[in-house]
Amino acid sequence: MAAIEVARLRKSYGSVQAVRDVSFDVGDGECVALLGPNGAGKTTTLEVLEGHLHRDGGEVSVLGVDPAHGSRRWREQVGIVLQGTAAEPYLTVRESLLRTARFYPRPRDVDEVIAQVGLGEKAGERVHRLSGGQQRRLDVGLGIVGGPRLLFLDEPTTGFDPSARRGAWDLVADLRRQGTTIVLTTHYMDEAQALADRIVVIAAGQVVAEGSPEALGGRDRAHALIRFRVAAGNEAALTAVSLPAPLERDAHGAFTLSTDQEVAALQTLTAWSMSTGCALEGLTVTRPSLEDTYLSLVRDTRTDREPASA
Amino acid sequence: MSDTALVVDQIRFEQRAYWRNPAAAFFTFAFPVVLFVILTAFAGGQTDNEQLGQGVKLSQYYTPSILAYGIMSACFLSMALAVVRQRESGLLKRYRGTPLPAWVLVAGLVGSAIIVAVLMTVIVVAVAELGYGVHLPASHLLPLAVAIIVAALAFCALGIAVSAVIPNADAGPAIVNLPFFILVFISGTYFPISGTLAHIAAWLPLRPFILLLYRAFTPHPAGGVWSVTDLRNVAIWGVVATVFAARHFRWSPRHR
Repeated sequence: MAAIEVARLRKSYGSVQAVRDVSFDVGDGECVALLGPNGAGKTTTLEVLEGHLHRDGGEVSVLGVDPAHGSRRWREQVGIVLQGTAAEPYLTVRESLLRTARFYPRPRDVDEVIAQVGLGEKAGERVHRLSGGQQRRLDVGLGIVGGPRLLFLDEPTTGFDPSARRGAWDLVADLRRQGTTIVLTTHYMDEAQALADRIVVIAAGQVVAEGSPEALGGRDRAHALIRFRVAAGNEAALTAVSLPAPLERDAHGAFTLSTDQEVAALQTLTAWSMSTGCALEGLTVTRPSLEDTYLSLVRDTRTDREPASA
Repeated sequence: MSDTALVVDQIRFEQRAYWRNPAAAFFTFAFPVVLFVILTAFAGGQTDNEQLGQGVKLSQYYTPSILAYGIMSACFLSMALAVVRQRESGLLKRYRGTPLPAWVLVAGLVGSAIIVAVLMTVIVVAVAELGYGVHLPASHLLPLAVAIIVAALAFCALGIAVSAVIPNADAGPAIVNLPFFILVFISGTYFPISGTLAHIAAWLPLRPFILLLYRAFTPHPAGGVWSVTDLRNVAIWGVVATVFAARHFRWSPRHR
């Protein structure tokens, strides 16, 4: 059974449609990243799943329950790390975790959680004396201290320095190994790529693509781009070469060839180069990066939204 | 962990945080106590035959009125500000996402405020008895305790109700202090009142509470130490505030 099922979710704030049509599933033990620009509807989607917001339409099931009517038993299985930091400023790190741990029937060991989020040296420090990054780590600790089956992380690493981010990634990987189902939002491509089994790209309140980091947006099937230059005077000779796709010139005067038969194309080109002695200068073969794919997906939705008057 | 144990736990952590927050502890606890000491030190030994009656000392008057003011401060004021602070910082929203039942959360806040109110009563009564010879008859202890618990609960409810209409943490002190000090002045906290003001104040929650305490600190009050009318008037405010709070309580900061 899927841990989360979302179908045709809709949610508006007044006249602003934050979520127009979002559908996706999360399997048991899976880690899914909701990726999208600011204002895309990621947090709204997450807060509906957490039971914080009531939806306007669509079907939502989280651990088999409609989160709009989540019981205490249901909450005991769900860990939530909200987008903003929230801990009692005048309690210490340890006290905050102890207090929250007692809400749960089978909480995790508080000292183990403190070590896991990397606050070992700050356990006795009052929360208002922590740095922003340390408070964020406490937020994550508060989200996992109940030993949740399902964990929501809303932009868990915003404001982290690179080493703290790596630490958070290791933590998420640990939790996954222990079988925790995780849904996180992020606008960092590398974060989604490092952590998620599956990425759901949301833009303008809609799912625009969904897939594994390797296959997102047909990235694995996308054409490779071969790019090179030849010395002046040799351009004409190239036209006689028979290639699987037409050669084009880019803005910098280099030849480009977009093809799904890059091996054959390269063999033809290198054989021509060897036989004529004409070098393929600066030869590169590239595939679209996750970032290229993501940006083109998000850009497509943006243009869709503009009125087609111009 | 049972829910009762969870309530005790919540009160403990609320108390710990309360005394560590210098602004909260000073304005809602230390300030009324200091005010009482100063007022009685200046004028406590004097008598005011015209306003209070033959031979009644001002300390006799200030003890119940400042105590009422202090309890209102510890419950109404600190409750409203604490709820707004916890809501606007996202703390309430986070608790909302945990298995902690809402009533346990509220019971923790209220229990903590009542501890502060009781502590304040003990200090004010001790200073009044030892320093100014104000006498609290033993037979008045029960009516005093009932009045304080009913009023503390009512003022907590009023504090939670008011928190619902405060838009953000910055507006908190201004919005809470205005009705608070108007109520404090027209209810005769600092000087005896009479006439129209007394009639208006009688319908508001603080004046009946002061009168209840005044009876407790007067050796042989006219009409006896219990006043069902005053107790009822305080309780009605508590019930109305509870209904309003239950309807308008918010868990999330206003910006979303």
